[in-house]
Amino acid sequence: MKPAPTASTSAEATSPEAVPVASSSRRRSRWLSNPGLVVSALVLVTIALLAAFAPWIVPHDPYAQALDARMLPPAFVDPERADPAHLLGTDNLGRDYLSRLIYGARISLLIGFFTMLVSGTIGTALGIAAGYFGGRTDSVVSFLITTRLSLPVVMVALAVVAVLGGSLEVVVLVLGLLLWDRFAVVMRSATMQVRGREYVTAARAIGCSVPRILWSEVLPNVVSGLVVIASYEMAQAILLEAALSFLGLGVQPPLPSWGLMVSEAKELMLFEPWMIMLPGAAICILVLAINLLGDGIRDATAPEGRA
Amino acid sequence: MLRFAAKRLLLALAVAFAVSVIAFLLLRVSGDLAGTLAGEEASPEEIERIRALYGLNRPLVAQYGEWLLRSLSGDLGRSLFYPESVAALILDRLPNTTILASCGLVIALLLSIPLGMVAALRRNTWIDRTALGLAVLGQAMPSFWFALLLIFFFGLTLGWLPVSGTESLANFVLPAVALGWFSTPVLMRLTRAGMVEVLAADYIRTAHAKGLPVHVVLVKHALRNAVAPVVALASVQFGNMLSGSVVIETVFALQGIGYLAWEAISRKDFPVVQGILLVVALFYVLLTLVSDLLNAWLDPRIRGG
Repeated sequence: MKPAPTASTSAEATSPEAVPVASSSRRRSRWLSNPGLVVSALVLVTIALLAAFAPWIVPHDPYAQALDARMLPPAFVDPERADPAHLLGTDNLGRDYLSRLIYGARISLLIGFFTMLVSGTIGTALGIAAGYFGGRTDSVVSFLITTRLSLPVVMVALAVVAVLGGSLEVVVLVLGLLLWDRFAVVMRSATMQVRGREYVTAARAIGCSVPRILWSEVLPNVVSGLVVIASYEMAQAILLEAALSFLGLGVQPPLPSWGLMVSEAKELMLFEPWMIMLPGAAICILVLAINLLGDGIRDATAPEGRA
Repeated sequence: MLRFAAKRLLLALAVAFAVSVIAFLLLRVSGDLAGTLAGEEASPEEIERIRALYGLNRPLVAQYGEWLLRSLSGDLGRSLFYPESVAALILDRLPNTTILASCGLVIALLLSIPLGMVAALRRNTWIDRTALGLAVLGQAMPSFWFALLLIFFFGLTLGWLPVSGTESLANFVLPAVALGWFSTPVLMRLTRAGMVEVLAADYIRTAHAKGLPVHVVLVKHALRNAVAPVVALASVQFGNMLSGSVVIETVFALQGIGYLAWEAISRKDFPVVQGILLVVALFYVLLTLVSDLLNAWLDPRIRGG
């Protein structure tokens, strides 16, 4: 995908190319003048802060049921029936929707982040090994990637969760073991480009060990590509967790996973449509912010004039 | 071309073998199958009896060998819930999923090719940005949520379309839109990138220079070249739709193999789960093989690699 040009990139293109490294102030302006990057970063930081300090922020206990206050709509949906104590209403068990949404952010962020760590570690290790050693190693890794791609992710994840049970750890592990392919593909080609560079040859010539070359010569030079895939895969993991929980084979009740909240509200869709709108929109906003942040970082860190 | 095809075929066979091992092992090593089959209140003796009944006490390799041989001859075992065999169940549901995925693919192509073309022709204008923005937004929506929104607006509120069942083609419209929607961004971006590249080529300038009408240049010269990789990717997307239909079919209660898979997984009907996994994965292997051969045939540069 070709990124849409932003104010910062067009400004870079007109500036003289003789400047080899952007000064820190110019770099800062390049980051700050990308509206997508700034907005998505702000949204993401807000969600992360809400999630981190959830126990001190939430107006109600997200698990406390109140059978006399079930399915109260938010004030903007129906001011007549709304209860000002429940800003975003209550669910079918009378639990405060806003509190559950805030706690749900914890689940999404935790699963997204740790899945990305697991899959990123596997994919980066495989990709760098394939790109650096080539030959047979490369064939084996390519074979693993092709095999992984042939497996239907949702079905395999559902089946494993059905057998092992739907805890956060199981979901992270299953998704982590399934979503490493893109990391491997990108790291493989990035390493291939770096492999023949002078600094790698030099490190080899002065007798550096292979792990040392991979760790301190190859890895730092391919890591910039990681940010974009990492953001994309984190978003992907969040969407998949929501889908698994929605299907009843992910995070289990009473945990307030956003996917689970949509699932619990879908029977009431005709009467209380806001109940599926809110958690769905929450997933959408979080995923959008992560994707845009990844795109923004890629644009801001791309070499001069190439963004 | 033959050499490339042979090499690619060999890889496909190896992958198919690996997939069969995974499909087999996944449900054997990820838990005590006999215990699960016997239920939570079963006594140890009962679990032992079930283990012997299903041959679960023999070495894994022997179990796998037998399972593979039987699967190759078309016998995927018996369901624990349905009276039919697994193969019959899958064959029974496959047409619905095939119709759904085909309609989904057609919708995705109808959306992505014109959008990608217009975006490429009007590069960096509001049209281009809107198309890219829609793609970004589309990728951020959870598929089950998008499907529920379709049900809510077009099924329940407006009452235009049925929200479940498989009686007529109208029943497939909403699920197909939901399924096709998620392949649209990637296909659109590929069309756009291909068009941008092709439009800058010399032969397009030549075609314009010799006075051909714009629509002839665009469709006969530009689109035909730009769309080749899109067609190849579309076959892979078709494979993704077959497996991605689990979520969509479940939301619409559409009786395809995706719904069957979800049902079987929820009831721990493992022979069915295994059979579906195998069939879907082999479909995907076949489709990527076709896609790769198609790509190589269209673009001789690939054959060298």
